[in-house]
Amino acid sequence: MTMSKSRWSARLVLGLALGAGFGLGGGAGQSAALVQAVQEDLGVIGTLQYTDATGAKVFIEGVELSIDDVGGATTDKDGNFRIPVSSPGEYSITLNTATLPEGVTLKDPSRTNLVVTVSENADQRIIFPLITADTVLEVSESSFSVRRVSQLTLEGLKLGLYLAMASIGLSLIFGTTGLVNFAHAELITWGTLMAYFFNIYGLVGTFGFLAGWPAPFGAGVNFIVATGLAAVMGGVLGYVLNRVVFRPARNSGVSLLAQMVMTIGMAILLRYVFVYFFGSRYRVYKDYASQRANSFLGMELTSRDAAAMVVSIIILIAVGIGLNRTRTGRAMRAVSDNRDLAESSGINVERVIAQVWIFGGALAALSGTFFGFDTVKWDIGARILLLVFAAVTLGGLGTSYGALVGALMVGIAINWSTLVIDPELKNMTALVMLILALLLRPQGILGQKQRIG
Amino acid sequence: MDWGFIFERSFSAMIGPEVVVYALAAVGLNVHFGYTGLMNFGQVGFMAAGAYGVGVSVYWLGWNFWVGIIFAFVYAGVLALLLGLPTLRLRADYLSLVTIAASETIRLLARSRVMRPITGGVEGVNQFAGPFYDLSPFELGQFYSFGPFKYLGRDVWVLLVGWTLLILITLMVRQLMRSPWGRTLRAIREDEDAARALGKNSYFYKMQSLMLGGMIGAVAGVLQVIQKASVQADTFNPVITFTIWTILIIGGPGRVWSPIIGSSIYWTLIVFIENTLRQLPPDVRSTLEDTVQLSDFNISMLRFILVGLGLMLLARFRPQGIFGSREEMALDRR
Amino acid sequence: MTDADQPILVATGVVKTFGGLRAVDVEQLEIRRNKITALIGPNGAGKTTFFNLLTGFDRVDEGEIRFDGKIITGTPPHRLAAKGMVRTFQLTKALAKLSTIENMKLGALGQRGEKFWAALIPGSWTKQEEEIEQRADAILQRFNLTHMRDEYAGTMSGGQRKLLEMARALMTDPRLVMLDEPMAGVNPALAQSLLELIKALPGEGRTVIFVEHNMDVVQEIADWVVVMAEGRIIAQGTPAEIKTNKAVVDAYLGAHHGEDLSQVELT
Repeated sequence: MTMSKSRWSARLVLGLALGAGFGLGGGAGQSAALVQAVQEDLGVIGTLQYTDATGAKVFIEGVELSIDDVGGATTDKDGNFRIPVSSPGEYSITLNTATLPEGVTLKDPSRTNLVVTVSENADQRIIFPLITADTVLEVSESSFSVRRVSQLTLEGLKLGLYLAMASIGLSLIFGTTGLVNFAHAELITWGTLMAYFFNIYGLVGTFGFLAGWPAPFGAGVNFIVATGLAAVMGGVLGYVLNRVVFRPARNSGVSLLAQMVMTIGMAILLRYVFVYFFGSRYRVYKDYASQRANSFLGMELTSRDAAAMVVSIIILIAVGIGLNRTRTGRAMRAVSDNRDLAESSGINVERVIAQVWIFGGALAALSGTFFGFDTVKWDIGARILLLVFAAVTLGGLGTSYGALVGALMVGIAINWSTLVIDPELKNMTALVMLILALLLRPQGILGQKQRIG
Repeated sequence: MDWGFIFERSFSAMIGPEVVVYALAAVGLNVHFGYTGLMNFGQVGFMAAGAYGVGVSVYWLGWNFWVGIIFAFVYAGVLALLLGLPTLRLRADYLSLVTIAASETIRLLARSRVMRPITGGVEGVNQFAGPFYDLSPFELGQFYSFGPFKYLGRDVWVLLVGWTLLILITLMVRQLMRSPWGRTLRAIREDEDAARALGKNSYFYKMQSLMLGGMIGAVAGVLQVIQKASVQADTFNPVITFTIWTILIIGGPGRVWSPIIGSSIYWTLIVFIENTLRQLPPDVRSTLEDTVQLSDFNISMLRFILVGLGLMLLARFRPQGIFGSREEMALDRR
Repeated sequence: MTDADQPILVATGVVKTFGGLRAVDVEQLEIRRNKITALIGPNGAGKTTFFNLLTGFDRVDEGEIRFDGKIITGTPPHRLAAKGMVRTFQLTKALAKLSTIENMKLGALGQRGEKFWAALIPGSWTKQEEEIEQRADAILQRFNLTHMRDEYAGTMSGGQRKLLEMARALMTDPRLVMLDEPMAGVNPALAQSLLELIKALPGEGRTVIFVEHNMDVVQEIADWVVVMAEGRIIAQGTPAEIKTNKAVVDAYLGAHHGEDLSQVELT
């Protein structure tokens, strides 16, 4: 099956050609206005909302907020507001209670203004807690209420599905090459960055930027298209990393431990190159950035998250089928299980490895796109890498089904753990699971015992 | 361009506080990886243990500063014990995952709301280093110059103590590695089963190595927070661990003087590059900013890009570092 | 039976199963003192697994192993060296980045300098180290490796490394030497030296067990041969007896594939 290599290469060439063409041909004539600086103004942002009697969130439009001598804003239909400021520092934001709708008041009526510090990195989010007469003031909701547990389970499923897509690639790379790829985090980040760029700047602008133009430019494409493109670019990066860095290392007989250290170096290199060109500010996609949550069965889920989850499920099923039914998939599994045996039965191991990197890269990028829904960050991958490691180890390094099972378990466990521990520490649950898995059953749930030292 | 300034900074960096701190941490890592073959990717966690050991005991427990130092030391040893007991039976790459997970767990816990009463949460702990500086024979706020080197009085004191500790510890490690004990560690590094067949309890030796290297890492952490006079969780992040790895590999793992040389080279290089870039004429900097986005912030990012690149190239082409021989590297081929 | 006649190693009812398959199933094996015993059998017969079980590198599922009359089942490998038992490995483990002499010195037991606190005080172990070094040099001379004394072990040829591994094993002053394929990959010239060295061991009061594929070697130096196939011992005897043993020949050639070989009539 000759799918991957030639098609990806073609796309890469096409993309670079387009970008280069525009960069060269259009360069001289581009006016400054088209070249958007990647950095933007700072601001104070927030969302005004309250919870109604049914437990659903209601966003409030038309409320005025202001900062003395700086400016003001009015909330839009989603309850969002933004007051731009020109420099970092301390600001005092006042909410004009006269503009609140009937029956809605501040939880603490005396606190009509808040003081915040705006740093140079990002817009500063503030919260004005609002209540209505219906709001139960002391939310002493039983920690283990069915509603809360089911909401957490849903969140856990969501996290698990996204993690699963990120983890499969890592697991397969380990299975086929024996390498623990620390740079997988950056493949995830790459996905969300690419989705962001395509969404905001479109094909030409993004490729131009990648090809060396100082800053991206242009009009964006639809987010769904951007996501697809991001997945493609993920595959490309995966292919390039294997071809340029790891295959030569493998051929030179570089030891696995040295290669692992190389992945760490690569992870750091990519991460800081990302922050160099993308900036440390957190951004949001142009479309679907914030949405009202839909309520159903007492649980909340935005349409965008629902769609992403459905897409994830479809893709994971497709992956499962692909690994079982297609020749490429079966070859991947064969090499992952027993490389020497696979080689002696005629499978082109190097080609399978290339496919695994492409495939794993594309999946990781896709998961990155979804992780970026809340905010697009340069270190988004790094933040969840340990969660991915936990998922993969729990399920069994080297097995793709294991990655799925592990990811779902980690996702749900993390969310359930907030029932008993401070939500700030919920990611630690994954770390503890990772440590326990390595101690009690290093080969994971679905892994085979021989793999351990 | 003020070359005088650049060189002054670079020379000062050559033997400055960061060099000492990172060299100490690298000595600990050298014991772990260079001599015993343990893939410890959580060295920053041991530094944090030392730092918080001193900070917490003074801030929360109200102990005497010097008692706090001893406590920090013991705490790191206990941490190594707890970490090592279950994990030293694991294969190298699994050990690397556990150590990273453990050091991140420490950081997340230390910075959390829940632990705020003990660790000071995100803001951390300060105002504990007074007794250290009280002993200083140098005027804390005054600048001292020795030839091309220039430091604040407080830093001179830190450097005096720091370098003394660093040299003493390095010599101790040298002595240990020349002894049969060290030989056993190196044998375990080469092939654990062979060592066991010859009567060595490899698990026990690995544990001792982990504790020794961890406690040396704690010394680094203590020194660092004394110098900064504050303990903050987020400074103990994984990138620091990897910087320490890069430093160790630059010099060459398994060699006594690697950590010091590697650390000095790294910091001198970074300081030199950053200062040179910052000293470029405004119009050059402006052009660079427009074309390759070399903003002020991004200049600070360069050091990490260099660490990443350096680690990759070193691991690939020169894993034995400066001091290692080609011969040794050839012996590594599997 | 006098003490000298008591077998040095006895394995009873030793079983090891891997995923449903009995890799080792040895009812009874006695190794006679101060003799050279060869352990042979076709590939996959379980010889190395059995070796691992005897030397503590793997745990038995069932059974008992006694060394000098004392139970050693489940004893970790590092303790067995102190008891007088040492082994070498199929894939030679010459510690590459240590010099030859360092490899040798490593083998000595009861070194004071191997304790952490003592290590810091050279005075407490330097004298012992010198004695050890002398002993090591003596053995190196016997093995003709003196010229490689200060070279990295990793620079030695495969055959020299085998010699080193055996020399190093002798540093533990063992009573039982267990060699896993000592001749594998050794060129004929070196092989002859190795054979002579092994033959000399019983004279020093040492017992030897070795795993081997090469029947010529077995014929030349073994006093006793134990044949394994499919995890079981199917025959024992002198090299001459074994050479003509039909069951053994068949085991190697697979003629009675599938049948229970221990039931096949011996000619």
